[in-house]
Amino acid sequence: MTRKINSDIIIDSVARACIEAACILDKQAYNAIESSLLNEDNETAKYVLSELLDNADIAERDCIPLCQDTGMVISFVEMGIKVQLEEPVEDLINKGIKKGYEEGVLRKSVVKDPFERINTKDNTPAIVYIKQTEGDKLKINLMLKGFGSENMSFVKMLNPSLSQNEVVDIISDEICNRSYNACPPLFIGIGIAGTMDYACVLSKKALLRPLNESNINPVYSDMEERILDKLNKSNIGPAGYDGKTTALSVAILAYPTHIAGLPVAVTIQCHALRHREIIL
Amino acid sequence: MIKIHTPFNDEILCKLKPFDKVLITGYMYIARDQAHKRMYMEGIPFDAAGQCIYHCGPSEAKNNEVIGSAGPTSSYRMNEYMPYMFENGIRAFIGKGKVSDAVVESIKQNRCVYFGAIGGLGAKLSKCIKKQRIIAYESLGTEALREIYVENFPAVVIINCEGESIYERDG
Repeated sequence: MTRKINSDIIIDSVARACIEAACILDKQAYNAIESSLLNEDNETAKYVLSELLDNADIAERDCIPLCQDTGMVISFVEMGIKVQLEEPVEDLINKGIKKGYEEGVLRKSVVKDPFERINTKDNTPAIVYIKQTEGDKLKINLMLKGFGSENMSFVKMLNPSLSQNEVVDIISDEICNRSYNACPPLFIGIGIAGTMDYACVLSKKALLRPLNESNINPVYSDMEERILDKLNKSNIGPAGYDGKTTALSVAILAYPTHIAGLPVAVTIQCHALRHREIIL
Repeated sequence: MIKIHTPFNDEILCKLKPFDKVLITGYMYIARDQAHKRMYMEGIPFDAAGQCIYHCGPSEAKNNEVIGSAGPTSSYRMNEYMPYMFENGIRAFIGKGKVSDAVVESIKQNRCVYFGAIGGLGAKLSKCIKKQRIIAYESLGTEALREIYVENFPAVVIINCEGESIYERDG
């Protein structure tokens, strides 16, 4: 038996999710900023963190974007094998984005060609990753990825004989160098191994993990903790104006790889964590 | 909080120190990547004496609001153009993040100031903007050159007239 899902339901859900993500700060992110405020004793850091909470309150109250950069949309789709759609899911997501960015008056930041740089005027196309699953559910995760932080993200093809400690040091130092422009406090997604491209995908996917969870493998949860600790001892702080809160979380996803390789990708996400999950 | 008013002069700018918090009132100019490139190539299309540029690409205004979300964008992307702006009368800019050594040097030489606005504060900062109009490059959309009038716009001194910076601890 197949389960048919109407196009309109998907388009409307995506549109609504884009507007909500842009204007209402993820509750976990809000709480993380609030807790970090209690941990800071630097006056400027406290000022910046309370301004961020105030900004989130104003954005939600007036339904205006938290940040003018409402991102390029990245979507992770899990589609049950019994789901039947009227159009390809990627087309439906793009139609939803077009509707959401128009109705929510969100900034259209996508250009059609990297050199001609003509705006597509509807913030499409999105970057869509589709995975097939068992069952009859359609799960669509949307990430509105701002480019202040995206421009600071990176991938490195490391030497496979490096130890975990060495990798922790390399990643932490590189993030520190790049964090001033990325609107800290940051959320860090790290993809380890696979191939160069897949490590990058994992680094994005890692950012979808709930903030109160760690990697189930103690090797990786330990690396997550140590990277977070190093970043927060760097004294870069909120907005890069000093303080203990440079990052709010670090999430690692690992994958099998080749004997010759150790690709490591890091997606840097600013404090405006804008994700929404749709389950139909 | 130190209250200052545009246009700027030595008396206003030269007493500022890194980490000073200011509230800016007056006219200033919104520009980002493409608008800087055009001004650099074609000349600055407004009286730049003592003026302040805000590195920003706002979202569109909703209903009866003056402007949409309007926080700062990363200033390093305008590195190449900032010395030209300072040499032609601009005395300050508002942005975020680190800038090149050449920009720091030019700030010092021309006795200018780099103010930081908090990245991601677009909703709150939009409330300080009381008027806006596009004055050039309208076809660039969000990247057009805008004149805005702000009241008590909050910023932090990142680099002062002497070239002293909040980032100096990094060497």
